[in-house]
Amino acid sequence: MTDAQLLFDATSFAPELTLAIGAMLLLLVGVFSGDRFSETISWASVALIGLTAFFIVTGGAGRVLAFNGGMVADPFGRFMKLTVLAGSALALLMSLEFLRAEKLARFEYPLLVTLATLGMLIMVSANDLIVLYLGLELQSLALYVLAAFARDTVRSSEAGLKYFVLGALSSGMLLYGASLIYGFTGSTNFDAIASTIAASGMSVGLIIGLVFLLAGLAFKISAVPFHMWAPDVYEGSPTPVTAFFAGAPKIAAMALFLRVVFGPFAGAQHQWFQIIALISVASMILGAVAAIGQSNIKRLMAYSSIGHMGYALIGFAAASPAGVQGVLVYLVIYLATIVGTFVVIMMMRRNGQAIEDIAELSGLSERDPTSAYLLAILMFSLIGIPPLAGFWGKWFVFLAAIDAKLYWLAVVGFVTSVVGAYYYLNIVRLMFFEAPAQPFEKPLGTVNAALLAGTTAFVLLFVVAPAPLADAALTAAQSLFK
Amino acid sequence: MMPLLSAIVFFPLLGVLLIVGMAREGEEGDRLARQISLWTTLVVFGFSLYAWYLFDPAKHGFQLAENAAWLGGTIRYRMGVDGISLPFVILTAFLMPLCILASWESIEKRVKEYMIAFLILETLMIGVFTALDLVVFYLFFEGGLIPMFLIIGIWGGPRRVYATFKFFLYTLLGSVLMLVAIMAMYVTAGTTDVAALMAYHFPREMQNWLFLAFLASFAVKLPMWPVHTWLPDAHVEAPTAGSVILAGVLLKMGGYGFLRFSLPMFPDASLMFAPMMFTLSVVAIIYASLVALAQEDIKKLIAYSSVAHMGFVTMGLFALNRQGVDGAVVQMISHGFISAALFLCVGVIYDRMHTREIKAYGGLVQRMPIYAAVFMVFTLGNVGLPGTTGFIGEFLSLVGVFQVNTWVAIFATTGIILSAGYALWLYGRVMFGALDKASLQQIPDLGFREVVVMAPLVAATLYFGLYPKPIFELTGTAVEETLTGIKSKLANTAAAETPTRTAATP
Repeated sequence: MTDAQLLFDATSFAPELTLAIGAMLLLLVGVFSGDRFSETISWASVALIGLTAFFIVTGGAGRVLAFNGGMVADPFGRFMKLTVLAGSALALLMSLEFLRAEKLARFEYPLLVTLATLGMLIMVSANDLIVLYLGLELQSLALYVLAAFARDTVRSSEAGLKYFVLGALSSGMLLYGASLIYGFTGSTNFDAIASTIAASGMSVGLIIGLVFLLAGLAFKISAVPFHMWAPDVYEGSPTPVTAFFAGAPKIAAMALFLRVVFGPFAGAQHQWFQIIALISVASMILGAVAAIGQSNIKRLMAYSSIGHMGYALIGFAAASPAGVQGVLVYLVIYLATIVGTFVVIMMMRRNGQAIEDIAELSGLSERDPTSAYLLAILMFSLIGIPPLAGFWGKWFVFLAAIDAKLYWLAVVGFVTSVVGAYYYLNIVRLMFFEAPAQPFEKPLGTVNAALLAGTTAFVLLFVVAPAPLADAALTAAQSLFK
Repeated sequence: MMPLLSAIVFFPLLGVLLIVGMAREGEEGDRLARQISLWTTLVVFGFSLYAWYLFDPAKHGFQLAENAAWLGGTIRYRMGVDGISLPFVILTAFLMPLCILASWESIEKRVKEYMIAFLILETLMIGVFTALDLVVFYLFFEGGLIPMFLIIGIWGGPRRVYATFKFFLYTLLGSVLMLVAIMAMYVTAGTTDVAALMAYHFPREMQNWLFLAFLASFAVKLPMWPVHTWLPDAHVEAPTAGSVILAGVLLKMGGYGFLRFSLPMFPDASLMFAPMMFTLSVVAIIYASLVALAQEDIKKLIAYSSVAHMGFVTMGLFALNRQGVDGAVVQMISHGFISAALFLCVGVIYDRMHTREIKAYGGLVQRMPIYAAVFMVFTLGNVGLPGTTGFIGEFLSLVGVFQVNTWVAIFATTGIILSAGYALWLYGRVMFGALDKASLQQIPDLGFREVVVMAPLVAATLYFGLYPKPIFELTGTAVEETLTGIKSKLANTAAAETPTRTAATP
């Protein structure tokens, strides 16, 4: 490789390099200064993420291959990277207060989030099975540690261990699938795989490889039937970590999923369509039905997220730029809604302890009307009631499905969304129609209040100008269909 | 020119901002919130009258139209009114100040939030009637669920949680099926512009599915038998003003939807499903009237009578002739006055006695003569006595349907007899007889505020009952235009099918 080529590769991936070098510098600072500066490091990490986003925005347009075609920078990647970065930065900001209160404010926390984010960026840029695996594992290992971050509590350790064992299993499946694909196509490069499939079609071995690869990816987005880890991990992890899990990693895994399905396996649509449609329907149904019985709000959000991944997968099944556009819009809106929701969940504390029973939200509208109304708006958005943003996520995804003549998928999706409406409404019921429970320890801090207000404003006012996000998502989606 | 319709639709949100922004708490804040809402709704009513003034009933097509870029592509922010939608805009704007006044004293807790919910609801309701893009329509149509859910749930009666969940989930299930149909229409026709879709002729097979999907939504909203069961629950538990809005405006969205979307956009399917619609209407009229006879709760009785009256609306609409459709429109407007007023009447005695049991009352005429007179006007309107708007609506829809199907008309007429039964019997039990219940001995007659609330409704019921011409002048052109559009589409279908038939039979 010539120096000029290396320089070109490096500048194409300046954002990733910035994040990697910055994270290592911050690690040094953290090791030498200890936990006294943990909040400073959090803010520095947010700044670092901001800088990375700045490089992405100002970076070149178009599609650029680098590192021997192993990584790709294209409009799709840029869109997803910005979304992932936003998810990570918001998760860092919203966790400050909680970590302080729980005495978990250690400098490793922001660094692990930053390193996981770096893994996600690599996942989003992957154009090769090996890079895919590298990014995925960098992300996952950081996440396993984060899940067990409250190392003195049994539940958190259990969550970390469970996540690690099941995650390792899924990585194994993914690797096995990747090895089969390599064996039957002779390459790990996405473009090479695509041209092999275009030339000689899908062999049985390749199909088996694809199924294993998709199973591994479905695990990462917690789609049914690979969802079992999600409720336990969501419940056991410290709440800010749960909030982080619900956002950025899912988005990155979705991006990777999209890349694999519409990149190397674009020619195998007939094969993967059935798998995607099945896990989409199963996720929607399970997400809607299983959440009804939950009384722990974090478990409830886990099932809710399973359902929402099911809706997003409808856009995959449509297999069109409009479908991918729908997925992207859906993820951005979902991220905003989740951040606001978890801010309120983190406010649920009494006697120095976090409480997670949804009954504790009873009568919140009398104790703290502002938070109650904002959370209600977010809940209605999760149901998908217009004019709130959640409706628009569904609109784009389902419209693509109808356009692809997948009427049954759209009808199943809408009916499950009515079933799912029940448990979101239940939260509204508790807050507004029930007598007040004991008040929470203290109201939201400045940062979290701003996050809640900001995300709710986004959800509420998205209807005024839906076009910019929709257009950006469409441009990104079209770059995936070369 | 000022975008008048957008001003009407979004002006209530200005009131919301004022209430949210004012720093007053407690009693003073509540009083200010009431006044802000009253003035806001009055201004909106003034705007709506101004729109009536600007509206030229002789002109074809949509007027006061607005069109702005919004979602991108062909989905745009389109607003406009014609003779069919304008009456509902005015009706909504007319009822809102009355609702605010009716809640003046009966709502004591969370007054600000209550007023905010009503103002948001007004925006969404008027938006439904002025939207000329299916997506914009859907936003307003379904968005109304949120404030209504909270109104019933927070300020409702003892079983409010059950009632409001049932209301929300029933309506939502219907609406999402309609959303699928809207998407399919967009994909097929390439536009969601209502005017363009009225001119677009969908394939027959597809029309059937679209019709059924829209039916799922409008039948629940109207409500038609057998999906009416949410209505009695919601009405009984809702606060008075909530019932008024529910009966006066929200139910009309179903009928309006049929007339604006189902009939002109899916005419072949409408014709095909007309026998089914007639059957459901007749069942609704007779069954709901019989059920109303058996009710012990005044509000529930009126709720069932609403179901029966809405049966006349669907019956008239699907007669697909001038008298039938005219009758349906007048019936909806009339029901907007009369049932709204009846719920206000129930609210008056509920505020005093805190019970809606018919048995708890009797002989009220001796203590409350003005109230008895007012209640009588609306009871007779409910029965459909000539001289009230109720008569015009029921009579015309019967005339319309008689030309299409005599049996339907005959069965529906028995509904009028039954309505006389339950309405007059209710009146007799509540108003007449001996005033022997101890609790009623000191019950006061209507106060000044209540008279102010009732007077416009009495005036409207009687005025338009004796002289319905202004309504017909307003609606005539639009109804005629809609029917012509339907007829020409039906003729097209017939013309397209005849050659194949002649070819098949040598």
